[in-house]
Amino acid sequence: MSNGILVFAEHRAGVLNKSSFEAIAAAQSLGVELGQTLTAVVLGAGANSPAQEIAAYDFSKVVYAENEKLADYTPDGYTDAMERVVRAVDPQYVILPHTYLVRDFAPKLAARFGKGLISDCIRAQVAEGRVTFSRRIFLGKIDADVVSDGEAPVFATFQSGAYRGDQATKGSGAQVETMNVEVGEVRMKPEAPFQEVKQAVDLTKADVIVAIGRGIKSKENIALAEQLATALGGDIAASRPICDAEWLPIDRQIGSSGQTVAPKLYIALGISGAIQHLVGMKNAGTIVAINKDPEAPIFDIADYGIVGDLFEAVPVLTEEIKKLKG
Amino acid sequence: MKQVANKDAILRINKDATWIEEGDLSYEVNESDGYALEEALRLKEKLGGEVVVCSMGPQRVKTVIKDALARGADRAIHVVGDSLQHLSAYAAASILADAVRDEQADLILTGLQSDDYGYAQTGVIMAELLGLPHATIVIEVDATDERLRVKRELESGWYQWYEMPRPALLTIQSGISQIRYATLKGIMAAKKKEIREVTPAGDATQRPSHQRIEKIYFPQKTKQTQFLGNGDAKRGAAELAEKLRTEARVI
Repeated sequence: MSNGILVFAEHRAGVLNKSSFEAIAAAQSLGVELGQTLTAVVLGAGANSPAQEIAAYDFSKVVYAENEKLADYTPDGYTDAMERVVRAVDPQYVILPHTYLVRDFAPKLAARFGKGLISDCIRAQVAEGRVTFSRRIFLGKIDADVVSDGEAPVFATFQSGAYRGDQATKGSGAQVETMNVEVGEVRMKPEAPFQEVKQAVDLTKADVIVAIGRGIKSKENIALAEQLATALGGDIAASRPICDAEWLPIDRQIGSSGQTVAPKLYIALGISGAIQHLVGMKNAGTIVAINKDPEAPIFDIADYGIVGDLFEAVPVLTEEIKKLKG
Repeated sequence: MKQVANKDAILRINKDATWIEEGDLSYEVNESDGYALEEALRLKEKLGGEVVVCSMGPQRVKTVIKDALARGADRAIHVVGDSLQHLSAYAAASILADAVRDEQADLILTGLQSDDYGYAQTGVIMAELLGLPHATIVIEVDATDERLRVKRELESGWYQWYEMPRPALLTIQSGISQIRYATLKGIMAAKKKEIREVTPAGDATQRPSHQRIEKIYFPQKTKQTQFLGNGDAKRGAAELAEKLRTEARVI
């Protein structure tokens, strides 16, 4: 019978990413509460794998699934390999970080077991041996508690920041088992990852950020936000829709596909606060939100909120700050 | 293309706390699906062929279909059913795969994620069920008659190109291009375009979903937000400036 938890650790060229440690912390927490054993899996080719590094954490075993076709990530290669590992380990739960890479292959993997993922979870609670996963729906406006009533394995991914990677517990050295996995035809050919022209603006060093979202309504209105930023000696930034509309360049974008910032002061103007934006700024010192929708998720993490028209509030705020700064 | 609750809609939770009140909800097309259509139209302009739009749900999704036809799609498939929008990603993908299989399309484009359930899986599962290679979070498509190259978005400003054979399935990221508006001419032309209605096979909606929403609720606040101005935005702004100086000490 299926038992235990299998956790997927993601790496690029042998370097584990932060989300992998968060997934490990999530899986360990479930393992303790469910009283189930934990296996970690790393995919790769040759000796260039972080399997030994992972083995320092508290697992009953680490599986290193090896095939030359796994040197570079492809959804075909990773799905084939992971399918074989999941069938061999036969776990009750498969836990993965909700990264762009996992989003690319994990639905395909789950589909091979006739199901989807419980994706992008923010919490998991165990009661009487049953796991309730919580995930955000409606762009972060509502939470949903989800249970699986199907057969094992249950596939779940955890959102970045849902668990703390530094709380992953170390163990006494897990045994690494190398599994030579079969991988079928890989249809896609990846080229080397790259960054666009060096980002002109480094918002990670800004003390003050004034960020605009959909609520700014037009490109012309951005001047209002710029005046506020100038008065505060800060930088202007934006949520994704603003950069998609090309009202601001993409190097001003905050969020999962843009920059992650932690300024002393973050002022969100007309930003509702979709998860993809929040992950890029939730660690700011003081967060201010001005939005006409009192239910906007941005208010969940704001220290100060104004529910109302930003076109009324921002000019007054700019003037008051100029006065205070003398 | 999926129809979802309007982004600005005020959401109310239903009495059983299993979903939102849908009675008076306004709807729009899912954001990234709109970009998927735009990319399809651009590929057609460049390479020829036709664009077939597929949407699933009750009769109200005709709005999405007609809008897509007005923007330039050639014909449509409407998978009709009253509760189809509540299916799990796997069940939805199975039905959609069945609905489009016989089209033998060179390319299937979907949005990367829906704005309601947010599973981000339907396209990928469809690709698996149809036996197609796929790429997700695609931000640029470089297609010629001979080859298909796609630029995928990775995290934190990184990108990667993949080359793959056709037929293939791509999930499109918002912002891949600027979306066109429907012209009056397009709206008139759309009236003559075919919308084929299909219903899922009897057992398709009865397959086990493997996941079930027990309840929904508004998120617990992680911070105690001080709301300022009490509805008066100008007064709130004045209070805010003072708080930022004296309490938060960031000015």
